[in-house]
Amino acid sequence: MKKGIFWILALAILALLQSGLQGYIGAYYYQIVIFVGINIILAVSLNLINGTTGQFSIGHAGFYAVGAYTSASLLYYGEPTFRGWISFLPHSAQDVVLLLFGLLAAALAAGFAGLLVGIPSLRLRGDYLAIVTLGFGEIIRVLILNINAVGAARGFLGIPEFSNFFWVYLFALITVVVVHNLVNSSYGRAFISIRDDEIAAEAMGIDTTRFKVMSFVISSMFAGIAGGLFAHFTAFLSPNTFQFTTSFYLIIMIVVGGMGSIEGAILGAILITVILEAFREFGAFRFVNFAVLLVLVMLFRPQGIVGSWSLFRKAGAR
Amino acid sequence: MATFLQQIINGIAQGSAYALIALGYTMVYGVLRLINFAHSDVYMFGAFMGYYTANNPWIKSTFGQSLTAAAVVMLIAMVLSAGLGILIERFAYRPNRSETRFTLAFWLGILGAAAGQLMSPGFFALTLGAAIGIAIGVVGEIAGLRPVRQDSRLSLLIIAIGVSLFLENGGQVAFGADPKFFPEIIQTAQWNVVGLKVDSQQVIVLGVSIILMVLLNLLVHYTRTGKAMRAVSYNLDAAKLMGINTDRIIALTFAVGSALAAAGGILVTLLYPKIEPLMGVMPGLKAFAAAVLGGIGNMTGAMLGGLILGIAEVMAVGYGQSTYRDAIAFIILVLILLVKPDGIMGKGPTEKV
Repeated sequence: MKKGIFWILALAILALLQSGLQGYIGAYYYQIVIFVGINIILAVSLNLINGTTGQFSIGHAGFYAVGAYTSASLLYYGEPTFRGWISFLPHSAQDVVLLLFGLLAAALAAGFAGLLVGIPSLRLRGDYLAIVTLGFGEIIRVLILNINAVGAARGFLGIPEFSNFFWVYLFALITVVVVHNLVNSSYGRAFISIRDDEIAAEAMGIDTTRFKVMSFVISSMFAGIAGGLFAHFTAFLSPNTFQFTTSFYLIIMIVVGGMGSIEGAILGAILITVILEAFREFGAFRFVNFAVLLVLVMLFRPQGIVGSWSLFRKAGAR
Repeated sequence: MATFLQQIINGIAQGSAYALIALGYTMVYGVLRLINFAHSDVYMFGAFMGYYTANNPWIKSTFGQSLTAAAVVMLIAMVLSAGLGILIERFAYRPNRSETRFTLAFWLGILGAAAGQLMSPGFFALTLGAAIGIAIGVVGEIAGLRPVRQDSRLSLLIIAIGVSLFLENGGQVAFGADPKFFPEIIQTAQWNVVGLKVDSQQVIVLGVSIILMVLLNLLVHYTRTGKAMRAVSYNLDAAKLMGINTDRIIALTFAVGSALAAAGGILVTLLYPKIEPLMGVMPGLKAFAAAVLGGIGNMTGAMLGGLILGIAEVMAVGYGQSTYRDAIAFIILVLILLVKPDGIMGKGPTEKV
């Protein structure tokens, strides 16, 4: 009952904001708000691997790319066919069905990619895993650069525009709720125990490999959804968006916010996205200033801004 | 067959440059357990220092186009890069580990200089901004704003990413974002050795790499400092208890690694003379992959990994599609790690319960 009211209220607020937001704040700020939402999905999902399960992945941009290109190419090439199947629906409802279909495909494709990366993670630990995830992200990017059907290095133009504020923030909310519930479930306890002490976790009868792969797959699925939302918002994809620097920025978000905490990941996503936009006025010095600030934050507050503090802390949870 | 051997020669030249960069990664990893992402930008810095030295009128008129000129350019670039490595270690990595001073002043000084430059471009505003920043930093430090000392590899890693971002973008501001072309400091000669083309650049790259690696090996295995370096990399805390000045040894490790990266930078520009502030990113990643491939922390492994990747990459470009060039290194890395999870020469970590 309480949950029902929460979701109805959330949907109502999102729909209300959707109807007026863009006209009120203008196209530029609207776009930043959207990117903040997408980064929240990415950061919260990455936090599941890096913060909760304690594995070190720096290839999140790869899953993001898989989702974005899957959904984009599916709807770019398949839109007329799919519309034919659901022609009994009104046009706007068709858009919704198409978007959800694209996002589902994005999540599945990215989840499969996560499974592929998760399997080597059975044997690798620490920095070896880090470089493999990074390498995987780069391999994905180089593959995209070589596929002509999705525009290769020129970029992918003319992707149907379906996503907007409502969908981005609805999925951001879903991501947060799902990850929060997951972390506070017996699965989440298993993830945390792997992070804290893998050997002890194994001794307690936790199938560590299974849970590690599971956290990779779930996290990648959300990254895939974020990719789909991004693709159908900007209507243009370039392989440069998915360079390993994107993964680095996501890591920065979760560490600056506070590793292992969902609130930290959300705060980090908002903060980093907004700061990077605000620093545009510094021109050539934009990233110089950003880098120095980043180093200072890490030197003087290494636990992140939020630390491991939690807004909805339940007994014993971290 | 002749083409194959030719590709091997090209690959060895490319690979020895990767190996030099990979050595820096592996050495720093050995002492700090840190993936030093800033290393690839020290490589870029080295190449630029070489560029400015080589274009210096005095150097040009004194040495001209000769081996001596190349040696002088390379030495100066190596020394300057070693200095940069020490600076990075001192102000970015050390505050995390031991008591340091002027960290805040250093970084605020840079921010101040950037702010001054933004307000009115010129030397005066730059120094004034830097001075104000340093003053605020010193006051802050006296007031008790000190870096938090803690043993967190993760925040160290983020700092490394930050320093790397700083050097790349600082390089774009300081050196300009447009590519530059390295002057030809050595005359190109080409020889035919049993039907294979070998040019003087390739011989120099290979020769210098071998000399540097032999010197490094002598330093690490046959001097007291080298012994201390090995001790620190084996167990930092125990080394400290044995009376080794670990901070000094770590700084020295950064200096040596950075000098090797600079040498690598100059050698690569002999083969491909285009330099730009982002030139370090891809070679850096690949060299890091090489270090991991060989077993990170292991110096022989880094050299071997560099050679494998260099040869594989040249082969892939020669026989396959050059557009996949950047993926080859990582595909090989994944394949080898699937078979040997600790790299070719790596020893698995001992697990303590």
